[in-house]
Amino acid sequence: MTTAILLAAAEEHNPVFPKPAEIVLGLIAFGILVFVLWKFAVPKFEEAYAKRTEEIEGGIRKAEQAQAEAERARQQYTAQLAEAHSEAAKIRDDARLEAERIREEARAEAQAEAERIVAAGKAQLEAQRQQVIAELRAEYGRNAVELASRIVGEALEDETRRRRTVERFLAELDAQGARN
Amino acid sequence: MDAQVLAQEDFVPPGVADFFLPPIFGGVDKAMVLLVLSVLIISVFFVVAARRMQVVPSRFQFIAESIYNFPRNNIAREQLGSEHFRPFIPFFVALFTFILVNNLYGIIPFIQFPTMSHIAFPLAISVLIVYPMWNIVGIRKHGFVGHFKHQLMPPGAPTLVYFLLVPIELFIKFFMNPLTLAIRVFAAMFAGHLLLLVFTLGGEYLLLEAAPALKPVSLMSWAAVIALTFLEALIQVIQAYIFALLAASYVGQALAEEH
Repeated sequence: MTTAILLAAAEEHNPVFPKPAEIVLGLIAFGILVFVLWKFAVPKFEEAYAKRTEEIEGGIRKAEQAQAEAERARQQYTAQLAEAHSEAAKIRDDARLEAERIREEARAEAQAEAERIVAAGKAQLEAQRQQVIAELRAEYGRNAVELASRIVGEALEDETRRRRTVERFLAELDAQGARN
Repeated sequence: MDAQVLAQEDFVPPGVADFFLPPIFGGVDKAMVLLVLSVLIISVFFVVAARRMQVVPSRFQFIAESIYNFPRNNIAREQLGSEHFRPFIPFFVALFTFILVNNLYGIIPFIQFPTMSHIAFPLAISVLIVYPMWNIVGIRKHGFVGHFKHQLMPPGAPTLVYFLLVPIELFIKFFMNPLTLAIRVFAAMFAGHLLLLVFTLGGEYLLLEAAPALKPVSLMSWAAVIALTFLEALIQVIQAYIFALLAASYVGQALAEEH
């Protein structure tokens, strides 16, 4: 049996010895494959990978840019808001001051008006009083003369005497009024 | 030989003859046709995929990219380093897919012949392509003397040890590495195909020639064929990976600054 196998093996090709034709074919076939991939396939694959990487990186960069821009806009907005707030506060303060000033002015004006009215009233009253006093004084004189002539029963001829008497009486009246 | 004792008629076990089939035409046999076919399959596949590359991949492009990325990233880039691997991408993509397709032929229905079970093919790639490439890359990187010193005299050993180390390194790196690289895939494919043949033909023989009580055993034999087919699929992929990985590892070592 062993000899038969050996015989068969001798007839057949020994599998551990390469056939020269197959070596040549293997080299050529593999060489062609490497060439085809090197020339037509690998550059396209690598190009697509590079493009993909670039696009992803570009996308990330774009997103970062957008984020930075948004942040800038937000800061700007915040700043504007703060400014608006302070301006509003200033306007409010101004308005308060203005209102205060107007109120003060109005009050002063009203006070002046009141004082003016009071003064006018006082002056009028004084004038009326003077007038009343003058009228009364003339009437007192006439009444006193008449009363004296009636009581004493004698006409006072002498003009100066009569006037002196009247004057004295009036002075007495004045002194009495001042005491009262 | 046990089969022949058990059976009434002669069972002819599968052997070397099943690997060297009669020529189809001229001097061309099945292995040669399949080898050329594999080059066509891979070329067309990648060229068609490359023709409509898009940034957002289609389903087909995704599959093509996955197959392309495996040797590119997991073999070439891993072993050569990300700054050196780019010029080697076509070579390692071709190497991995070439071995893979030729191995997978072994379990594809109607083809059922692993081309790499002919030692000439892996030997041609290993001894006549990978081995020179390893030397050329090393010499270009370190200079002629530098390359041999780099490969034969790993730094850090005491001077006396080099008398022992240099011959060992010489034998391993300049003689055994290229041979074992080819023999590894050849032996795996040869043995795997033989195994499938034994169980297939044995089952057939049992069904046709065995005593009626023994005929159902053929079913067991064929069940073993199915199980072994899955095993073979695994081995075929792993052998393609190992071949490409070791080739990349050798080239990577030649490129390396220091060990």
